[in-house]
Amino acid sequence: MAEAIKIDSVPNYSDLPFYSKQRRMVLHNCGTIDPDSLEEYIANGGYEGLANAITKMTPAEVAAEVKKSGLRGRGGGGFPTGLKWEIAAKSVSDKKYIICNADEGDPGAFMDRSLLEGDPHAILEGMAIGAYAIGADEGYIYCRAEYPLAIARLKKAIAQAEEAGLLGKNIFGTNFSCTLHIKEGAGAFVCGEETALMASIEGRRGMPRPRPPFPAVKGLWDQPSNINNVETFANVSYILRVGADEYLKFGTEKSKGTKVFALTGKINNTGLAEVPMGITMREIIFDIGGGILDNRKFKAVQIGGPSGGCMPESLLDTSIDYDSLIAAGAMMGSGGLVVMDESTCMVDVAKFFLTFTQSESCGKCTPCREGTKRMLEILEKITDGKGEDGDIERLENLAQAIKNGALCALGQTAPNPVLSTLRYFRDEYEAHIKEKRCPAGACTNLLQYNITDACKGCGLCARNCPAKAISGELKSVHKIDQSKCIKCGVCMSKCPFKAIIRK
Amino acid sequence: MSDKAREWEALAKLLAKYRGTKGSVIPVLQQAQAIFGYLPQDVLVEIAEKLEVPISQIYGVVTFYAQFHLEPRGKNIIKSCQGTACHVRGAKAVLAAVRQKLNLPEGKSTTDDLKFTLETVACLGACGLAPVFMVNDETHGRLTPEKVSAILDKYA
Amino acid sequence: MVIKTIEDLNAIKVAAQATIQERRNSQKQIIIGMGTCGIAAGAKAVWDAAEAAVKKLGVKDVVIWDTGCIGMCQKEPLLDVALPGQPRVTYGPVSPADVERIVAEHVVGGRVVSDLVVAKL
Repeated sequence: MAEAIKIDSVPNYSDLPFYSKQRRMVLHNCGTIDPDSLEEYIANGGYEGLANAITKMTPAEVAAEVKKSGLRGRGGGGFPTGLKWEIAAKSVSDKKYIICNADEGDPGAFMDRSLLEGDPHAILEGMAIGAYAIGADEGYIYCRAEYPLAIARLKKAIAQAEEAGLLGKNIFGTNFSCTLHIKEGAGAFVCGEETALMASIEGRRGMPRPRPPFPAVKGLWDQPSNINNVETFANVSYILRVGADEYLKFGTEKSKGTKVFALTGKINNTGLAEVPMGITMREIIFDIGGGILDNRKFKAVQIGGPSGGCMPESLLDTSIDYDSLIAAGAMMGSGGLVVMDESTCMVDVAKFFLTFTQSESCGKCTPCREGTKRMLEILEKITDGKGEDGDIERLENLAQAIKNGALCALGQTAPNPVLSTLRYFRDEYEAHIKEKRCPAGACTNLLQYNITDACKGCGLCARNCPAKAISGELKSVHKIDQSKCIKCGVCMSKCPFKAIIRK
Repeated sequence: MSDKAREWEALAKLLAKYRGTKGSVIPVLQQAQAIFGYLPQDVLVEIAEKLEVPISQIYGVVTFYAQFHLEPRGKNIIKSCQGTACHVRGAKAVLAAVRQKLNLPEGKSTTDDLKFTLETVACLGACGLAPVFMVNDETHGRLTPEKVSAILDKYA
Repeated sequence: MVIKTIEDLNAIKVAAQATIQERRNSQKQIIIGMGTCGIAAGAKAVWDAAEAAVKKLGVKDVVIWDTGCIGMCQKEPLLDVALPGQPRVTYGPVSPADVERIVAEHVVGGRVVSDLVVAKL
């Protein structure tokens, strides 16, 4: 049994490398309070932002305060939130809607889920503040069905807030009323696009439509509507509680405050990290993230999901802010960071994202529907070892056509993963096409597992093979049936004699 | 009362609750699918009539969203995550092991005994534990091809 | 209570802070991270093991409650122990088999289990 140590010698959270560079403003309650308790939220200053807004400020002043804070949309685009509210506030109508986009569909992103599960009242408070600022009295949270726990916590939080008079009629004794509903998504990535999301709330196929008219003028059920994502609303609650001046202290000139990133992939410390804008990618991956798994070599980090790009080692010192990331051919996106090492094939990563966008394309506009399909076919050809001269150029032409021609932002950004990998890892594409070789050893159609004469016939590989593809007598050299092999590599990792080779 | 009668009674209650509510098509379909396990044709016709929405529009919605199913599904639903983090941490091999275990070749999603339906999803948001899959409402993380068999045996 | 004014909100805040402080002063707390990541890593089994260990060892004045995700997915499942007047200490990754030892050593004995400790809050 391990030796007992004194509590004084246990490191503080703030001393851990994972936390020391973080600034937990938005996540301050996550993992510390009971998310099912309204009292604990209030004990930490909860609903003070809403109280400040509706009892001491006019709607225009609330929007101005958010504008002053420099907050930009955390869902990806980075549009200034306060400005968005001012535009929605100017629309004249007796019915407006506030909408929270909780359809966190980017693969590799889970910061919104964590917020919804860990601090649901922060989102409700932010939405009520937004509703007040734009003149809405009703709102929807559109949450993906893959997050059952988040939906359960939100439902409970809404009921608690209504019972306490923090949502509903005449909040804080004022004329301001706000009712919030939850809508469960039904599994369509495109519903993260605001016009598609509203179509889905209305009970229709979730397809984007051309803008203008913008939702601020004609949105849900043709009424003026304002839509922000989960993390944005959590920031709003914080800003109205502490004031824009306090919030402004963190971040860069054009990107204020913090951003929550989901650190995943081939990294030692996977998890959620909230960092001030302007930190470098190197600090996130190597200081907070603790470097690459198994001491392998860093190859790239994917940021921004299917709309984003892959950044190579040479860009690790890029400042993390909206504009620097765009300049690097990536984008903030919702904040998923997937770290890749030398065993990740960049052509395969591009193919992965195109498979995703292709299957999630709603089919309404031709550039996205047909263009992503043609791009995917070329990528499949390349990873199958059938690539030919001119494929790279064809990919680039298609990418430009889709970027220019697609109807919505999802289509317009769909080629980004291909363009950024072509920009920084063109040599990998060329190796696949010209030498029929996958430098990372990841494209299964370009490799084979074989057992060499170093095999002692221990049978460990055969017992561990999930495909039962390995046969052989005990104490004699085993053999892999290539038609059954699923190329998972378990045999190679299990072999104590390094007798299994991949080529 | 037979199972079928109970299901239809639940549907009638559901439709009565939502009649006249705007934007109710998707929540009604979600709850109807929870009752029947999938969305058979006669159920869709009933929903269309009671909500006074054209059946073409209902069918359009059902076929647009990944969540809705027109065919019967297995008792246990496996959602194998193919998100980015899972992808780079070996989700393909885990998926292959599930297919192997359940004897489901590519293109087939439900086992003949209707015990399992296998689906792939874009991201379950448990990326820190990649690769993951969900069986019904339970998420299993830090998977390897070798772990698959024992986990699935618990549901068989 | 229905909150009608800022003063009402403040009164609830003060009362809630007092309740939390009271819990900190008088009760032993076991806190388990029950976000989706925690549950996927086995937090439910850890919760059951904590309840069983508390019962088996006859621990009095103890409360088990759950929280969301603190961000360290790598160390899930996470279990925190907070004794009256002491900082909250996080353990992870905790398996159900570790729980009884943590309860016996830390919750009952007041000694930190060094091989599973992550940090203190």
